[in-house]
Amino acid sequence: MGTYLIRRFFLMVLTLFGISVLVFVMLRMVPGDIADILFNAAGMIDVAEKAKLEHELGLDRPIVVQYVDWIGGLAHGDLGYSYVSEKPAIDEILPRIPITAKLAGLALAFSILFGVPLGVLSAVKQNTALDYVLRIISLSGLSIPAFWLGLLILMAFVAWFGTIPIYTDQPQGFWSTVALYSVPAAAVGFRSSALVMRLTRSSMLEVLRQDYIRTARAKGASDRNVNYHHALRNAMLPVVTVIGIEAAFLMGGLIVTETVFNIPGVARFLVEAIRWRDYPIVQNLVMFIAVVAVSINFIIDLLYGVLDPRIRYA
Amino acid sequence: MTAKLTAVAAAVLAAASLASAQAAEPKHGGILHIYHRETPPSLSIHEEATFSVNAPAMGIFSNLVIYDQHKPQNSLSTIVPELATSWAWDKAGTALTFKLREGVKWHDGKPFTAKDVKCTFDLLQGKAQDKFRKNPRKDWYAQVADVTVNGDYEVTFHLKRPQPSLLAMLASGYTPIYPCHVTAAQMRTHPIGTGPFKFVEMKQNESIKLTKNPDYWKKGLPYLDGIEYTIIPNRATAVLAFVAGKVDMTFPTEMTAALEKDIKKQDPNAVCEIAPINVSTNVIVNRESPPFNNPDLRRALSLSLDRKSFIDIILQGQGDAGGSMLPGPEGFWGMPADMLKTIPGYGDVNKDREEARAIMKKLGYGPDKPLKIKVSTRNLATYRDPAVVLIDQLKQIYIEAELEPVESGAWFAKVARKDYSLGLNLTGNGIDDPDQSFYENYGCGSERNYTNYCNHDLQKLFDQQSVETDINKRKQLVWEIDKKIQEDVARPILFHARTGTCWKPFVKNMTIMTNSAYNGYRYDDVWLDK
Repeated sequence: MGTYLIRRFFLMVLTLFGISVLVFVMLRMVPGDIADILFNAAGMIDVAEKAKLEHELGLDRPIVVQYVDWIGGLAHGDLGYSYVSEKPAIDEILPRIPITAKLAGLALAFSILFGVPLGVLSAVKQNTALDYVLRIISLSGLSIPAFWLGLLILMAFVAWFGTIPIYTDQPQGFWSTVALYSVPAAAVGFRSSALVMRLTRSSMLEVLRQDYIRTARAKGASDRNVNYHHALRNAMLPVVTVIGIEAAFLMGGLIVTETVFNIPGVARFLVEAIRWRDYPIVQNLVMFIAVVAVSINFIIDLLYGVLDPRIRYA
Repeated sequence: MTAKLTAVAAAVLAAASLASAQAAEPKHGGILHIYHRETPPSLSIHEEATFSVNAPAMGIFSNLVIYDQHKPQNSLSTIVPELATSWAWDKAGTALTFKLREGVKWHDGKPFTAKDVKCTFDLLQGKAQDKFRKNPRKDWYAQVADVTVNGDYEVTFHLKRPQPSLLAMLASGYTPIYPCHVTAAQMRTHPIGTGPFKFVEMKQNESIKLTKNPDYWKKGLPYLDGIEYTIIPNRATAVLAFVAGKVDMTFPTEMTAALEKDIKKQDPNAVCEIAPINVSTNVIVNRESPPFNNPDLRRALSLSLDRKSFIDIILQGQGDAGGSMLPGPEGFWGMPADMLKTIPGYGDVNKDREEARAIMKKLGYGPDKPLKIKVSTRNLATYRDPAVVLIDQLKQIYIEAELEPVESGAWFAKVARKDYSLGLNLTGNGIDDPDQSFYENYGCGSERNYTNYCNHDLQKLFDQQSVETDINKRKQLVWEIDKKIQEDVARPILFHARTGTCWKPFVKNMTIMTNSAYNGYRYDDVWLDK
């Protein structure tokens, strides 16, 4: 297990290095830089002034020098300055992480709380009316676009309650935070829970057909014992993987939900930073998301070992 | 008889209610909540060129002079004093002296003096040691030779030649006075002004907050305790936020006719106004390279345009056909309708297109041999949509065009390289004045003259109208120039859009400017009737 962990850790570091190079190079391959965008916004073309600005920001230096500078700074905790706000990048990025983390956490909780039990229920009640209803719900969750669902929710709130659950001010206190984030989290979590539900169902169905389940039933084990003790634990392996992937996705992939519900989180900020070619923000934010994704994968690998002893002892 | 009496009674009632509304005593207090369509690049007005900056930042600053904030049509006759108490031209019209207000303080408590005015214009003209990162309007002050200080409370602008419209530029929301003691870089991140509201904070993608300036030089103002802009880039969410009462006002001039109707349907009490914004949608023509280096082809292009269709399809009728100057009645300098009709492409569409097709045939094109080109434009809906209509109209004269959407970041570089045949472009005018429009967009060598159109005879006429002090004489000259620009197919104007702004009925004293979207956001006497 120790060797396995060390190997996984080095692979993680290598992956992060690869991502850093990829992000850095790809960002500079996109047409236009911050100087272009700033001058575009001002509707003017002044080659000399643009070149001066590029020089001031160090964009005219060789790409390798720029990369080494960035990584060197990163190692010392210096993320550079945002080209747009001219504030330290860390001050721009840090306040947005808890916002997205809260939204992602709630959405994930929603997807697990609904997805896993309903998936199990759908599997054990296969081909009953309840199964059909749950399958329709899960298919709806997968096929309804997030922006459409989000707007429908907002319109329903305005029409029925005369208010709108969007972010206009930082919520004060625990309950106002829950109230603010729960609606967008439910909108996101609907899709995730549908995915988890379908996967749990198919995984459970597969496990329930295994010989050892038949043996357990033959030995006189109760339905509850068979379903939740023998079947569910073994069926959870692919579900845990998907939940992990979802968790990583939710940290950086909530652009539509953050836009519709006007939440100033990481994803919306990232898209805005890409639009401005705000390299220090984009690079560091992508690296942060990458670290989260890679770490979650690492944790999942560890969980595999916990859930399946064969992996632990291999 | 009964009907007449009813009408009279209704009129009396209406007059009475209007009078009572006007007579209502303004109330102090409250925060005005407005949604903002995007995070502005900075709040340093001098460095930016979008009313995404002017709208939240105008309240921070004061100008020397300003357009009366409650007269919707900006003109030289609506200019009122701000930091200047009075102004006077010398006899030659080349020196403009301002007497300045005493006792005015910057938001950081330092006193305002004539030196600040000089510093501002030295920065704008690139004479100061400190520099702007961008300086999009330095051409506005091309005729200013120097600004001199006469004591602490008097400044004189010395001009190279008479330019009466300098005053119009100084009255724009684009011309605030900056403090000497704050650097250009600091002004981008934490602007300091002398205006009714102090800057509190700007959080990207979140909000912009301004608070009341208790030391504002207009005693008793502002009425509001502050203004908060919530940044909501998604328009559907923003409209719902307004209807639900999360914000008191939509972002100025952001509502299309369809959205305005939608708002009125959901919130019948909302006050909405639709007005021109002095932003034209136009075609930039690469006249230096084939095929549009041929004047006949450019003429055929201008004859193919059906402006009414553009306005009906894109704006649901909320737009105006015109030349480079905004048409009346809102526009002060627009050509009269009768004159406009005499320009090729502005008359009978069918007849004009017949002529265009004849030109195309003469040039060797026809239904079986169309001219293939690309129409390039920024990959944004406001640019793409008219480009699609343009492509459809060009088909009528045997031009088979393909849409080339270009990322915003690459757009001006492409234009500068002249890497296009036709481009769909939007041109916003900071003020409704020919000096700004002509020199900036059609002047030889101007940075914003994207097509490098240069007509030396017209340039002389630009100067001639610029020095003219008689408004009527100047108007005649302006019309003549505008007509010539359109006939030259310098930058065919497709339409001038009208857009809407809505606010809740308790927001009082709000005036929307009708010939510029850049000048009406001081908000020092706006109040909330709550």
